[in-house]
Amino acid sequence: MSDNKIEIKNLHKAFGKKKVLDGVDLDIKKGESLVVIGGSGTGKSVLIKCIQGLLVPDDGSIKIDGEETVETHKNIHEKMGMLFQGAALFDSLSVWENVAFVLLQNGKMSRKDAKNEAIKVLRQVGLAADVADLSPAELSGGMQKRVGLARAIITKPEIIFFDEPTTGLDPIMADVINDLIIESARGLGATTLTITHDMASARKIADRVAMLYQGKIIWIGTVEEMEKSDNPYLRQFISGSAQGPIQMNV
Amino acid sequence: MLKRMLGTFLQTLGKAPVGFIINLGYFMQFVAKSVYNCFMPPFYFKLLGKQFINIGFYSLPVVGLTTLFAGMVIAIQTYSGISEYGAESVVASVVLISVTRELAPVLSALMVAGRIGAAMAAEIGTMRVTEQIDALVTLSANPFRYLIAPRIWAAVIVMPLLVLLGDVIGIFGGYLVGVYKLDFNPANYIVNTMDFMKPVDIIMGVVKAGVFGFVIAVMGCYHGYRSKGGAQGVGEATTNAVVTSSILILILNYLITELFFAR
Repeated sequence: MSDNKIEIKNLHKAFGKKKVLDGVDLDIKKGESLVVIGGSGTGKSVLIKCIQGLLVPDDGSIKIDGEETVETHKNIHEKMGMLFQGAALFDSLSVWENVAFVLLQNGKMSRKDAKNEAIKVLRQVGLAADVADLSPAELSGGMQKRVGLARAIITKPEIIFFDEPTTGLDPIMADVINDLIIESARGLGATTLTITHDMASARKIADRVAMLYQGKIIWIGTVEEMEKSDNPYLRQFISGSAQGPIQMNV
Repeated sequence: MLKRMLGTFLQTLGKAPVGFIINLGYFMQFVAKSVYNCFMPPFYFKLLGKQFINIGFYSLPVVGLTTLFAGMVIAIQTYSGISEYGAESVVASVVLISVTRELAPVLSALMVAGRIGAAMAAEIGTMRVTEQIDALVTLSANPFRYLIAPRIWAAVIVMPLLVLLGDVIGIFGGYLVGVYKLDFNPANYIVNTMDFMKPVDIIMGVVKAGVFGFVIAVMGCYHGYRSKGGAQGVGEATTNAVVTSSILILILNYLITELFFAR
């Protein structure tokens, strides 16, 4: 059996005439932290949504633990946790109800026990117990991200997805979130897939980095290899230069 | 040149109907999925209760006021439109028939569509654009069962109850005008109303209310669920939910009436 947790082969997804993913091939090893970088609108979010079954790809294969997931309608979400870009907390629920959502849904735990468990995980991500009864709207952006992280890890998932985890945060809070991502993923032994265009975040949390450009993975390697790479697309992206082969549609 | 212009013209001409058919397809698929999930466990009774209160309890003032004034207006209009001879029985019967068959169900539904349909579209639309619906899926909760089924059940159950109450209030409005403005005998007005009351009128109003409740919830949820593009998209979803449900209510009102009274 292969040591890959996720295997993506020849993945295609288009919206109308716009090809977003144009033959993505990507393997993510068990326990690995893979970071996909790429400019805005290059299909990073679409890739993550296809893996999670939120979007159905037009063509190609996605295997998780060797099992095909595209259009098989298997419940793959039990293995997964996700931190959304805007945290995506449910406005109608309190912080602890957000964190314990899955525990309350599957009915295996009383509300009291679920709340205690939620407070425990909130502490793990650096939030005090008195946050538990607040509404998500009362929290700052950084706190919302922490609550989102707590919700993603409460079920101890095997795979965790991070969608632009540091976007909209100040550099210090971004680093705090990076540390929490590393800690929680290592603590659980989870495989993680992060999409970002924040290079500081990518350097800190990645075991390997893959670059998505025009619907394809054009480069993949470790952080050290990335720093030494002479791939012009990668160089332009990590140096943040407007000059180079990548042309932005402005 | 001419060929190309003709091609562009035909393309433009065909775009609207093709777009309409595609959207109709999405809508029918959405309705089928919603109805199917209404009968599939888990059932979220707490969320259902919350919707009962939202749709039913908080709509009481608006439905009450609408039907009260509708009943009062009908009483005056009927009186002014007929000779005074026999007015007492005619006013009572016209108020009864108009309110139970048409005014209570249609006006209540239009008011609830404005209040609840818009709120559903805005809430679900905001959840869509802030990725909360995606979050539900990743947390192994089916959005159709968690968000849509409780709203549909609540609207279908609560609307008939609201309309029954609207019937009583509307008839009472007619009574107020009849007795205090037109000087009818109160006892006679009540007797006339009871004499003319037929179960079919009440049943038709209740059937209409159930159908309208379904339309309001489905259109609110559908437009919210398919909204995109941030605040503007949510705004459009809200407008579309109210406009489409209002039009459907008026069309279905005619069709149901014809179904009941077709000769």
